[in-house]
Amino acid sequence: MTLREIVEKLDLQVHAGAGRMEVTVARGYMSDMLSDVIGNAPIGGLWITMQKHKNVVAVAVMKSLAAIVLVQGRVPEEDTLRAAEEEEVVILGTTMSAFALAARLHDLGIAGD
Amino acid sequence: MALTAKFVKTQELLFELRVADVMRRDVITVRPDQTMTELRRILRDHRISGTPVAAGDELVGMITIADLIAFLNSDEEEALIGDKMTANPDSLFSDQLLVHAIQQFDATRFGRFPVLDPRSRKLVGILTKGLIIEGMLRAMEQAFQEEEIRQYRASHIFEDMVAEYKEIYLTYELVGRDFDRAGKASTQMKRNLKRLGIRPDIIHRLAVASYEAEMNTVLYAESGVMEFRIAPEEIVMRLRDRGPGIADVEKAKQPGYSGAPEWVREMGFGAGMGIPNIIKCADRIDLQSTVGVGTTLSVRIFTGAGANRAGDEGGGT
Repeated sequence: MTLREIVEKLDLQVHAGAGRMEVTVARGYMSDMLSDVIGNAPIGGLWITMQKHKNVVAVAVMKSLAAIVLVQGRVPEEDTLRAAEEEEVVILGTTMSAFALAARLHDLGIAGD
Repeated sequence: MALTAKFVKTQELLFELRVADVMRRDVITVRPDQTMTELRRILRDHRISGTPVAAGDELVGMITIADLIAFLNSDEEEALIGDKMTANPDSLFSDQLLVHAIQQFDATRFGRFPVLDPRSRKLVGILTKGLIIEGMLRAMEQAFQEEEIRQYRASHIFEDMVAEYKEIYLTYELVGRDFDRAGKASTQMKRNLKRLGIRPDIIHRLAVASYEAEMNTVLYAESGVMEFRIAPEEIVMRLRDRGPGIADVEKAKQPGYSGAPEWVREMGFGAGMGIPNIIKCADRIDLQSTVGVGTTLSVRIFTGAGANRAGDEGGGT
C-alpha cells in the first residue's frame, strides 16, 4: 500500500514530504526510544512515535523509513520540519493514540515483525 | 553489483508508476452512431489501429482495425460502429499500478485498454504497450540521470585508480552536545556509501553503527573524530572521542546498560541499546576506553562478495 493510500484512508496530516507519497509501505514499527528504532525498525517501514525533536529525521534517514507518524496531535518542531525537507523525510501526524493508529494500520495490512 | 542495483531501481520505479502517469489523455474516440466508413477514415488519418467508442464521456465499447477488416470482407455496404464494436470492453483505472496494467496486457493479449477514472468511471485516457514503454523510459531517464552519473563516477574509483593499495578516508569532526548537527555525519556518510555503490544491506548496517557511535559522542563526550576507511573489501569506522570514557566496557556491551541522565532518556536516547546495536551490525568491533580521557571504537564491516547478508552474525572480536 502506498503512503498516499494510508494518508487518505486514515485521514493523516502531512507535515513534511507531500511530494513523496507514492512510496509503498508494508511494515511498521512503534517506539519512542530512538536506539530501539535504529536497532529494530524494518528498513523502509513506517515509524509511529511521540518524539518530535529534530533527531527523528536522522533516524528515518538511517533506516530509509517511508515515514514518521507523530501521534496524539503532536506537531514537529520547526527545525525538525526544516531537517525533514532537507533530507526528504516524510512526517505525518494524527490525533489518534499510537495504539489506535497501529491497530488501524494493521487492518490495512501493514504488518510488524 | 551495479547491474543488480539498476534492476532493483527499475523494479522500484515500476511500483511507483501508475496508469495515469503514462496513459495518453487526448484520446481519439468515435461515437456508436458513426459509420464504419467514417471509422476507416479516422483510423487512417490518425494512424491508429483501434479506438474507444464513447457516448459523451461514457465508454460504451472498443472498435479495432480487425472489426473494420471483418466488416469490409462482409457483404454489408454500410454499418454503424455501435453494431460492430465490442461492447462492455475490459478497461483499466487511472490509479492502478502500472505493473498490474502490464499483467492485464499479458493475460489478455489486447493491444490497448481504455482508462477510466476510478470514481466517476468516465473515460479519461488510453493505454497501449507503446505508451507503457515510452512512459517507463521517460521516468527512468528522469530518475536516473543525475544520481546515476554521480554513482557511476564514485563506484568506479577503485577500478579507475591504479595503485598497490587503494583506500579512501572520509573524516568527520563531532561536537559534544551539539544536537543541531547530531546525526549529520552519519546522514552524509550514508549518501556517500550509496554513491560508492556499496550494497544496500551493508549501507544500512554501517548507517546504524555510525549513527549510534555518533550519538554516543554527541550525548556523552566533548568532541570526537569519526573516520571511515573504505577499501575494496571492507569498511572500517573508527571513532575517537575525548570525554568521560566508559567505566565498564563489558557491561556497556550488554543490552539495557546505560549511564544516561534523565534529559537524554527523555529525547529517546540512553536505552542501553547503542553499543549492542553496533555489535549487531559489525563483523568485528573493538571498544577501548579510559575513564576521564575518552573512548575509541572500531567497527569493521566486510563488503566483498562473501560479505554477511543479514548482519546478525556480527559479534565481538
